[in-house]
Amino acid sequence: MKVERLLWLGASVLVFAGFIYLWQLICDYRWVSPVFLPGPDRAWQALMRGMTQGDLLVRWIATIERMIYGWLLASLAGICLGAVIGSSERARAYIGPTLELMRPLPASAVVPLAIALLGLSETMVLAVIAFGGLWPMLLATVHGFSAVEPRLYEVSRALGLSRTAVIFKIALPSSMPDILAGMRLSLTVALILAVIGEMLASRDGLGSHIMLAARAFRSPDLFAGVILLGVTGLMSAMLLGWFESWMLRWRESR
Amino acid sequence: MNPLMRIDPRGVILPVGLIVLAETAARLTNLQSDALAPPSDILLSGIKALTDGSMLYATWQTLANAFSGLAIGFTLGMGLGILMGLFHPLNRLLEVTVEVLRPIPSVALLPVALLVYGFGHRMEFSIVAFATLWPALILTRSAIAGIEPRLLEVSRALQLSLSARIFKIVIPAALPRIFVALRLAVGISLIVAVTVEVTTNPMGLGYKMMEASQGLQPGLALAYLVWVGMLGWAVNGIMVLAQKHLFGAAANVEARL
Repeated sequence: MKVERLLWLGASVLVFAGFIYLWQLICDYRWVSPVFLPGPDRAWQALMRGMTQGDLLVRWIATIERMIYGWLLASLAGICLGAVIGSSERARAYIGPTLELMRPLPASAVVPLAIALLGLSETMVLAVIAFGGLWPMLLATVHGFSAVEPRLYEVSRALGLSRTAVIFKIALPSSMPDILAGMRLSLTVALILAVIGEMLASRDGLGSHIMLAARAFRSPDLFAGVILLGVTGLMSAMLLGWFESWMLRWRESR
Repeated sequence: MNPLMRIDPRGVILPVGLIVLAETAARLTNLQSDALAPPSDILLSGIKALTDGSMLYATWQTLANAFSGLAIGFTLGMGLGILMGLFHPLNRLLEVTVEVLRPIPSVALLPVALLVYGFGHRMEFSIVAFATLWPALILTRSAIAGIEPRLLEVSRALQLSLSARIFKIVIPAALPRIFVALRLAVGISLIVAVTVEVTTNPMGLGYKMMEASQGLQPGLALAYLVWVGMLGWAVNGIMVLAQKHLFGAAANVEARL
């Protein structure tokens, strides 16, 4: 079984390599103007040059830092607020509808407001990331808290647990799957908003890097940036996936 | 239980209270700001923009861009999802490609689309299409995987052709879950369209909002913000209603990416 799985994975990697080769062929035969589409060779060269000589690495790290800070801020605020709202029936009745009203608002739509309030600053970018990442976290936590098996609450009442004990010993662990799903969604949103914030506020990072490269028609640099952003998205999703299965290892063992 | 019809009076207190608080605070401090405006001002600016047609025109532009991008992206994603769901070898062969391309943030392609198409409709379509293709693909694929296997056996026993199998068995059986994917994708398309307009493309609601904000008309900018929120809420509400109406109890499936 395991061998078969590995063979399929190998074949799948080969198919992906085939697509890259096709991309190379398209560029070699100039089916698409090289102004728009550089071949993988030129994109790779630009990537390597930027990493070793230019400041691509510094920009990449700056983007990742922004994404992680904003995401941590959003996660922390989301879980705390969500725990308060989710653990009380009354709070849910009062605050829930407002949250539902705010939910479909695109996070990028608050960017103009954030710029007017905070200027084109680092704080603005972080605030937008945190605001955008907050909603998936908040809603997931509220949902997780309200979906806790009611008998667990009855047990905690019978045991005379305090409210903090209930939150930390019962509600948080049992809403962990929801919270982790929210964190994954929120991380995706954080990366997108970090890039948008950098583009708009011209903060040094991958977002401004690819925007400047596009304006100057330096397509290899542009694609190098896009590749790095793809890698960032892929790696963060994978890391969080591992973290999730590690945190939820109790679930499989049942 | 219809969440749109059932209104709990307790839920109204907070938003109304906040609006009243903002209004009185603005009046008492005699607010002079480039970023904030009292709710009454937001309302007046909103009504003015609605009546002179500029807001409706911008809405039309945004919706047209979002939905045409959605049409392209969702059709492609659904088609690929059906094929990948039906043919396991194809699914496994494309696994790495899908997993590598999917996490590319859609906004990363913004400069690429700008370079290729310049400003205008086409750059916005292409980004919305890219952003909606993946949820459509993934959710359609899992919808196909969730089809009762005996239905597929029947189709094999009846020796249906591939197109008959897809259109008579697979799509009807997977439709409730595909519709959930569509509902999700509609929301994504609107968000992405507004995002593209806020960042680069000079058209639609996003650009209007940016313009008003930079033109130091905070009332108008906030009116657009509220309008975008209402639009997103209304579109989602329509999709929820349509889902209940079209599929009834079969609609009670959750989408998770």
